[in-house]
Amino acid sequence: MELFTTYGTILIGLAAVFGLFMAWGIGANDVANAMGTSVGSRALTVKQAILIAMVFEFAGAYLAGGEVTSTIRKGIIEAEIFAQHPDDLVFGMMSALLAAGIWLAVASANGWPVSTTHSIVGAIVGFAAVGVDVDAVNWGKVGNIVASWVVSPVLAGTMSFLLFRSVQRLILDHDNPFERAKRYVPFYMFLVGFLISMVTILKGLKHVLKDAHMKLSFADSMLIAVAIGVVVALFGSYLLSRIKRDESLEHSDRFANVERVFAILMVFTACAMAFAHGSNDVANAVGPLAAVVNVVQSGGSISAKVAMPPWILLLGGIGIVVGLATYGVKVMGTIGRKITELTPSRGFAAELGAAATVVLASGTGLPISTTHTLVGAVLGVGMARGIAALNLRVIGTILTSWVVTLPAGAGLAIIFFFILKAIFGG
Amino acid sequence: MAVSNPFASLFGTSPIKPLQQHMAAAVVCAEKLSEFFAASFAGDWASAEELFKEISAAEHEADRINKEFRMNMPKSLFMPVSRGDLLSIIGIQDDIADHAKDIAGIILGRQLQVPVALQKKFASFVAESGNACNKALTAVNELDELLETGFAGQEVKFVEKLIRDLDKQEQRVDKGEKSLRHRLFALESEMNPIDAMFLYSTIDNIGALADFAKAIGNRLELLMAK
Repeated sequence: MELFTTYGTILIGLAAVFGLFMAWGIGANDVANAMGTSVGSRALTVKQAILIAMVFEFAGAYLAGGEVTSTIRKGIIEAEIFAQHPDDLVFGMMSALLAAGIWLAVASANGWPVSTTHSIVGAIVGFAAVGVDVDAVNWGKVGNIVASWVVSPVLAGTMSFLLFRSVQRLILDHDNPFERAKRYVPFYMFLVGFLISMVTILKGLKHVLKDAHMKLSFADSMLIAVAIGVVVALFGSYLLSRIKRDESLEHSDRFANVERVFAILMVFTACAMAFAHGSNDVANAVGPLAAVVNVVQSGGSISAKVAMPPWILLLGGIGIVVGLATYGVKVMGTIGRKITELTPSRGFAAELGAAATVVLASGTGLPISTTHTLVGAVLGVGMARGIAALNLRVIGTILTSWVVTLPAGAGLAIIFFFILKAIFGG
Repeated sequence: MAVSNPFASLFGTSPIKPLQQHMAAAVVCAEKLSEFFAASFAGDWASAEELFKEISAAEHEADRINKEFRMNMPKSLFMPVSRGDLLSIIGIQDDIADHAKDIAGIILGRQLQVPVALQKKFASFVAESGNACNKALTAVNELDELLETGFAGQEVKFVEKLIRDLDKQEQRVDKGEKSLRHRLFALESEMNPIDAMFLYSTIDNIGALADFAKAIGNRLELLMAK
């Protein structure tokens, strides 16, 4: 197409800037939520949390983010409808990025409830349905995504509830909780390692392995995941063996030493959480950008099978890290101070439940809100009578964010879509 | 920013710490009564007044915590224990502080002297009652450990033991109250009738401190039963 040969570089450049902006927004807001639990329970300092976030966000995006990226890139829209109008897809994805990015920035500055996932999904649905055609939206898929927004917090809550109950049953409700904690915590660490590697092998590494002409059976994958889980647990056990019981701490709180054991576990679940977040949320910035780059570089054909250039992922990763470093630090500090009531034994249950849910969703390619999933997980721990006071008004806040963010993202995307079309489309 | 960040606004202020601080202040009021009466027995009204001021200050502190506690308890709070139970516990704790202050206030205001024959028994009665309040504080201080275990298992058994102990202490105070009244009855004809009446009511009030302590224990049992 002529448009792409003339303006191709400019379009890709603009889309990259918008994508970077969106990634910055994710890093500034979302990551802080995901890591705030660990900071609040004092298992990690803000600095350590950021370091972990940098490494594992990127690993999650690279190793397990493919499915969600492809959903954002081409799952929400009907590719056939755009086959005749590849330019609409390019303008649409660019405007979706810009709309979601701006909405995130404005909303965060005003303290309105936002979700990056909801913004981008709303924006894509908006430009496709209004700007192009109602049938240009894959409504079946969108229905699934919306359903997953309801299911994910519930699922995370259930898992966290069961996890925390198991902690009570196995560890806290005994005469020697410290020894019990040292014995059982490695099993939770195994769970973390197993879960992450299982999803990565089954979903994320599929394309890598295919390129290498390797094929793993389900049993093979299982075996590898178990092996990795065992290695993680052994490493964790080594860390735990260095924790000695300090009786002087137990005067004011008899569980003080038990919590020190769980604080080590929280380092592992924080990694899992960052990985999960990376696998799900980086796609929000990277997916639309990948769509634009694909179409432009192929000269207008909407090909279903195109490998994503690695620089796109790198860009997403950099954007998130910069967002984290410039603004996310502040948010994380605020959140950390607010949730000091969350001790490591509960924080880990919430994080692991949420991380498991998010990673599973990533494996199925469903873009969900990490923050909302985490809220569901914390409520699950609360249901197990584990948290002193939870503010239920937050459920209303979440509902508002659904009602407000979707149309806001959609509306902005529609406006930008027509502006871009007017500028480049002539 | 982060004002309505859903994750940050999820966490409410824990009611447990203020509840414990409030009880600690109330128990200071109840336990200072021992020193206060010792001073009054010695006729040292200057130190008695000093002690009354200290009791008064602790009672003010309790009031302040109580107010803050209630302000942080919106109905939308989701807690592992019922809001009503917590509010009634802090109400009873407040009664301890109020009564202790009233007791000291009346004795000081009237410069009421306990008859010398009664003083030894009276002193131990006041101490036992303060001790009951202190035992209630010990139980209230277990609330965070209860929360840690999700109000189940060994920890519940441990707190139940504390409460049984508290109940026994209350019975001891009850017995002391009965025998003290009996002895006062034998002496009342030799006393100024109005002083005698106030002394009866003071004995009542000191006994009530232990009753409040016991009531707190009962409320804690209710928390654990759910």
